[in-house]
Amino acid sequence: MRIDPKVSQRIMVTVLSLATGLALVILFFIIIFILSKGIPVLNWKFLSTFPSKMGKAGGILPTIAGTFILTLVALVFAVPLGVGAAIYLAEYIREGKTTKIVRFGADCLAGIPSIIFGLFGFILFVVILKMGWSILSGGLTLAFMVLPTIIRTSEEAVKSVPYSWREVSLSLGATKWETIRKVVLPNAVPGILTGIILSVGRSIGETAAIIFTAGSSLRLPTSLFDSVRTMSVHFYILSREGISMKNAYGTAAVLVILILAINLAAYWILHRFTKRNT
Amino acid sequence: MKNAKEVVVEKSLMLIAFSAIFMLFLIAVFIFKEGSPLIFKIGLKNFILSAKWSPLEGQFGILAMIIGSLWITAGALVIGVPLGLGCAILLSEFLPRGITAFLKPTIELLAGIPSVVYGFIGVVVLVPFIRERFGGPGLSVLAGSIILGIMILPTIISISIDALQAVPRSYREGSLALGATQWQTISMVTLKAARSGILASIILGMGRAVGETMAVIMVAGNAVKIPNSIFNPARTLTTNIALEMGFATGDHRAALFATGVVLFVIIMILNILANYAFGKRK
Repeated sequence: MRIDPKVSQRIMVTVLSLATGLALVILFFIIIFILSKGIPVLNWKFLSTFPSKMGKAGGILPTIAGTFILTLVALVFAVPLGVGAAIYLAEYIREGKTTKIVRFGADCLAGIPSIIFGLFGFILFVVILKMGWSILSGGLTLAFMVLPTIIRTSEEAVKSVPYSWREVSLSLGATKWETIRKVVLPNAVPGILTGIILSVGRSIGETAAIIFTAGSSLRLPTSLFDSVRTMSVHFYILSREGISMKNAYGTAAVLVILILAINLAAYWILHRFTKRNT
Repeated sequence: MKNAKEVVVEKSLMLIAFSAIFMLFLIAVFIFKEGSPLIFKIGLKNFILSAKWSPLEGQFGILAMIIGSLWITAGALVIGVPLGLGCAILLSEFLPRGITAFLKPTIELLAGIPSVVYGFIGVVVLVPFIRERFGGPGLSVLAGSIILGIMILPTIISISIDALQAVPRSYREGSLALGATQWQTISMVTLKAARSGILASIILGMGRAVGETMAVIMVAGNAVKIPNSIFNPARTLTTNIALEMGFATGDHRAALFATGVVLFVIIMILNILANYAFGKRK
């Protein structure tokens, strides 16, 4: 028996709508569940005081500081490398073998699981280079992880600067590097910024790679060689070891709010940017 | 002088461009350097085909973890692929562009949520549900598969939408003009034209599922035993490393790096396959 194409069409539209509906419901459930349980825990004191009794009581101040310092260190290493690589790919060479190899490398790097980064960072930075569990070890490991995102988004950004702008600059006697520095880069900033913001999101959410490279100290760091605990690691330890569900929800809510804000910011910048250039 | 500066800039940018490749190489070197001596010492066969893992007695067989990873990844694909592909088709083919332009980044938000948050939701919502409904510990292959199935959705949806939208409009118009319904056009023309990209999205989703660590640790139960039902707990390659890395020394630590070698090889194979699938699209 053959099903009438019109009937199968209607069935499939229903099935596909259900699949999409389910995915959206799951997404909103996760966000609303975490926020509804976590927001009541949040107040200024929670954000601005030290944890006591391993996190059973008190706030999460050092983990907020740890998260931001680690992210900053990662960006300091990854942004110049990523933007530099993107400029070379987009401005200096034609599409060909070299671009393919570099892109394949970046794609592979993006696919490497965070636990492998953790193993690598542990053996190279913590053990062999004797940096110990520290901001520097964790930050360098994170820099490796976010590099592909920065290369990809920066390359798109550099490429989207209209070609005629470069021609004008070159015809006025500027060299290639001057053109890149004064014409291409300033106009690619919003796109590059999007990549950076997405990298910040990835850094904030990372756990497996950081726990073995930055450690889990609850003190405020005073040097790059101090160990720190990020919010994600703190949240993991609180919930896994059953230390405090209340504070775990609070920490998770801060994480989710940050991630939402970061995605909104990235979307907003990208949206404005693409609108302006077309 | 200016020319010299230009040359220096170009050369240094070239070096920087290869940083990603260099980093990949560095990671491979260090993981293999730490892990492969142990594989040679006990033999590859004993390492991957024995299910006896008791580091204190010097037994390092990771078969249970390989099978654990296989089960959980397969389960994640069973859940994530139909759901993700369904979403992608609706978003790309049926909904107006304006709504898709809003829904796609919304769904991509799922990718930004930290994996520990997924694991936590799994522990407080999903695991108790499975325990009450189906008995057993709740911490299980099933719980791991469901959580990972959700986590790979953004990868599958986002890349599949790109693949579907890359199919030329004229293909669809040709089919519709011949009197086919929209669904007939999708199933017989559009999906076929986009299959390499869709395949790449599935391979990349699989890579994400194989590599995920924290969410799996929290929900899968982590027992070193070959699971014989989806309600049994299981340990994966990634969780084996993360669970024991904190206190392992000597051969034990080398065995965890050797687990990393196996994981690295699996991921690189998936990366190469995905790259090949993408290449075929053009």
